[in-house]
Amino acid sequence: MGWVLVATFPGILMLTWHFGWGVITNVVTAAGLAVGLEALMVRLRGRAPLVALRDNSALLSGVLLGISLPPGSAWWLILVGTVAAIVVAKHLFGGLGQNPFNPAMVGYALLLISFPVAMTQWLSPQGLFGPEALSLGDVLVRWAGLAEASSLDSMSGATPLDAFKHKPEAVMASEFWASDPLPAGSLAAWRSVALAWLAGGALLLYKRLITWHIPIAMLGAMLVLTTLLYAIDPSHYGSPLFHLLGGAALFGAFFIATDPVSAATSRKGKLYYGAAIGILVMLIRSAGAYPDAVAFAVLLMNFAVPFIDYYTQPRTYGHAAPQRGIRLDPIDDDQERLP
Amino acid sequence: MFEVIADNGILAAIVALVVLAAGFGALLGFAGERFRVEGDPVVERIDALLPQTQCGQCGYPGCRPYAEAINQGDEINKCPPGGDTTIEALADLLGREPKPLDGEAQQSPKVAYIREAECIGCTKCIQACPVDAILGAAKHMHTVIVDECTGCDLCVDPCPVDCIDMLPRPRSLDEWHWPQPAGPGLPQQATSLSLIASDRQLSEDRRSQRGAA
Amino acid sequence: MTRSFDFPGGIFPPERKIISTRQLLREAALPTRVVLPLDQHIGQAAEPCVRVGQAVKTGEPVAIGQGMLTADLHASITGTVTAIEACPIPHPSQGRYLAVVIERDPDAPETWQRMPALDWRSADSDTLTERLTRSGVVGLGGAGFPTQIKARVHERHRIDTLIVNAAECEPYITADDLLLRTYPQEVLDGARLLARLAGAERILVGIEDNKPEAIAALQAALADSSPERDTCPIEIRVVTTRYPSGGEKQLIKRLLDREVPSGGLPADIGVLCHNPGTLRATLQAVRDGQPLVSRIVTLTGEALAHPGNVEARLGTPIHSLLEEAGLKERELGQLLMGGPLMGFPLASTALPIVKTTNCLVAATRTELPPPPVEQPCIRCGACEEVCPASLLPQQLYWFARGREHDKAQLFNLFDCIECGACAYVCPSHIPLVQYYRATKGEIRAHRLEAQRAEHARHRFEFRQARIEREAAEKEARRQARAKAASRVTAHNAEAEPSPRGKPALGPDSKEQLKQLRIAQAAAKASLRKAEKALARAGESGNDDTADLEVQVATAQENLQAIETRLASAKEASST
Repeated sequence: MGWVLVATFPGILMLTWHFGWGVITNVVTAAGLAVGLEALMVRLRGRAPLVALRDNSALLSGVLLGISLPPGSAWWLILVGTVAAIVVAKHLFGGLGQNPFNPAMVGYALLLISFPVAMTQWLSPQGLFGPEALSLGDVLVRWAGLAEASSLDSMSGATPLDAFKHKPEAVMASEFWASDPLPAGSLAAWRSVALAWLAGGALLLYKRLITWHIPIAMLGAMLVLTTLLYAIDPSHYGSPLFHLLGGAALFGAFFIATDPVSAATSRKGKLYYGAAIGILVMLIRSAGAYPDAVAFAVLLMNFAVPFIDYYTQPRTYGHAAPQRGIRLDPIDDDQERLP
Repeated sequence: MFEVIADNGILAAIVALVVLAAGFGALLGFAGERFRVEGDPVVERIDALLPQTQCGQCGYPGCRPYAEAINQGDEINKCPPGGDTTIEALADLLGREPKPLDGEAQQSPKVAYIREAECIGCTKCIQACPVDAILGAAKHMHTVIVDECTGCDLCVDPCPVDCIDMLPRPRSLDEWHWPQPAGPGLPQQATSLSLIASDRQLSEDRRSQRGAA
Repeated sequence: MTRSFDFPGGIFPPERKIISTRQLLREAALPTRVVLPLDQHIGQAAEPCVRVGQAVKTGEPVAIGQGMLTADLHASITGTVTAIEACPIPHPSQGRYLAVVIERDPDAPETWQRMPALDWRSADSDTLTERLTRSGVVGLGGAGFPTQIKARVHERHRIDTLIVNAAECEPYITADDLLLRTYPQEVLDGARLLARLAGAERILVGIEDNKPEAIAALQAALADSSPERDTCPIEIRVVTTRYPSGGEKQLIKRLLDREVPSGGLPADIGVLCHNPGTLRATLQAVRDGQPLVSRIVTLTGEALAHPGNVEARLGTPIHSLLEEAGLKERELGQLLMGGPLMGFPLASTALPIVKTTNCLVAATRTELPPPPVEQPCIRCGACEEVCPASLLPQQLYWFARGREHDKAQLFNLFDCIECGACAYVCPSHIPLVQYYRATKGEIRAHRLEAQRAEHARHRFEFRQARIEREAAEKEARRQARAKAASRVTAHNAEAEPSPRGKPALGPDSKEQLKQLRIAQAAAKASLRKAEKALARAGESGNDDTADLEVQVATAQENLQAIETRLASAKEASST
């Protein structure tokens, strides 16, 4: 999983460039906590920590969780998220390879539900060294949880998806964008971050660490759905480009939905899985209560993975038809003898 | 009457529930009567899980009587030849908790051998054998048909000259199978098939060369 | 160019065949001592037919096959039988099994005992089949399936195509390659022979494109189509190199686009598959009357100074072959029999070669390093992509680890050909094939146990019924005697009222009679059912009818017991 970590670098760098040191503190804290908790859990389960840590899976979960959090989150928030991810979602289910849910997204979803305010206040894109940017010191104060509430508010703003979500019903989309609802440079910052994730995803594909099925199915489903909605009512629904490049769509498509442990395995299954995530993301974005929905969509589809896997089994050599679903009466020779 | 019920919410609910309960109860009762299974298939299924050594170590004269006793509520851990696998299979079938085996488990399947030189031809073992696996006549040497012997050792005690041994069942080459690997995190056994790490490296090189070309 | 079809998955491991193809095929030195295990094939072990101390000639039978699925065994050198004992054999179990040991005087000349030569074009098929049975030929590709069984398969199936499986897709192995380069005509003649025997209309030679010399040799041999050779059209089909296209099922799919049904044989779809080595051995057995006493073995690996292919006598100790090939003992890290993907490691070099030894890899430690530590499965699906049988290896792995045998069978575990492609690509270094082999073995062992238990149950029930019948007959005799006695007394003292007789006619005995009649009807029905089942099994050619016969006997005993009791009850009630 070393190369997956490398593939996150462009995105992390771009996030840092636009949102400041808070991204780095997030990632470093989450990754450190994740590795520490992994070692602790492995130890408690009576295995050798050094062997288990060598696969970098905990490190990757921590990095992904750190990326998802609003920049400059407080340490305790990150700790709660990491505990949920590594201890609850991963090790309570049996450790690497046994978790039905994506650990990073379990942590993220728990935080989003438990601390909605902290989790939806993104820093405005002041850049790393911009005039109003937070210095590393300011970020560390926020990290330690010592910043005053008022200072938090002044520095934070809504993400484009969030702002568009809370647009009053009567306001047309064109009027809304004309009113300049976002901090300066927001849209551009989010777009460049999304493109950085795309670059990381391209690296993953090139290194054959993921196959194209899940990302393409997910983004394709989103594209089709947004195009449809946009064509029907452009005043209320965002454009396809807005949805694909806004929020966590590309990050989720390449780095979250493709987590092999919790995703469907067959090619056909991956297509269904990815497409369903795309549809769920769009449903929640346009009709749900949350501005973005990658975490929820992925977790919901994690539930469906066994079902998808059972119904997308390939046709085994020498069998007339593929097996569908799971039979409840397994091969049971005893049955025949019963009177 | 009807109006009273209709006006009174709680009463309406109670009446509805009682009617439903009576209706479904009648339906279930009818179905139970109509589709009743003749015989007792549970005993058959229990019997099918028992190893059929007919050894009587459970305290019953044979596997079938023990199967009937289990169905009547006897413990499922009284079968030493079956061991833990049988207990687990029975627990699975009957929805009971598996219990540790009552008695000593048998290490490997055994068969009886008669030291033929010492046999006096008393036919006592022939009468004891539950599966007619011993061949012989009065005052003639007896011998065990190895393929038919279940290893129940019921013939050992009756023998007046102690000429019967319980020996491990001979295993043919076909019966051998590979052991299961140790599992993740543990070094693999020497017998397990080796992956060729260098081959893997080479093939990856080749693959990337192909990708580049 | 004929259109070729394809199977899914597959891998491209480095071939490493060049190591052993640089030298011509040569004959190995005659060993002074050979060990011939009695079980070198699929099926029942052969029974020795020689005594210790007996002098044997090369080609003389030393063990005769027992049962249906079996093969004979012949002395591979001229010498004396010095022992018939349990010896270590090249088998992953590393156990000792019965073997015939022959030693020879190094100076004595070799004498052969051959069977009379036959002309395969004119001999009738019974003679040919008998010859195959007597010459101990088995599949030399690695499975060791007795060839005479395959030759007789046309009795039950119509065969249209005979495939010569010369794909030899596993790395390192070049035995078939060198055989085809050296004896192409013999292989083709062997194929013509078996095609004639099976009634096949055509012969296809499936060969991978990494063996250009063998392909050229085959084409040259085909060009010589003298009329007596022109019995059956032969076509050479070159397929692209990809592991495991040499798998029987995969090759059939690639050449014919037919699939062997799950659990079936190629014969079910009109195909017979033979390895080139088997074909040459078959031809030698018929044309020269020479039984299978030698085979071609690839000696390869970087720990050998002179790797190559040799024709070695069966039973030759591995170390003498390796020494001949210049074994650098210090560099030897691991010794494999078979290829690196489907073979297994050998514990010692003292083991003999057997009929299925196609390759010996003497690898250095850098060449075949010890396997890395197994990591948890992350369900990446790499195994699924390379599986040539379109199985779900990751699911099978879960079921194997959890010992969920019925689920593993539901996911078609038994369609796994154990090619090792999944383990090869696994990023977590999981020895997947090992799990499948172990699980298959456990399931087979369970089945065998269940069969044994079922058999014991029938025997037990039969015994119970027999005891019941004997008791009933005894009871009937006792009653008859008692009645005779009472009649005598009644006759003697007519005035006295009979103490029994009348009360026996009460409602109790009527009820009993009725119940006995019902039981009699039921016993008759079950006897009819058992007889019908036996007859059906006999018609369908099922050989294993012992249990059914016991069932019929049990039903007969039951019926007899009930009838005896019924008769005595009737007797009792009539008086």
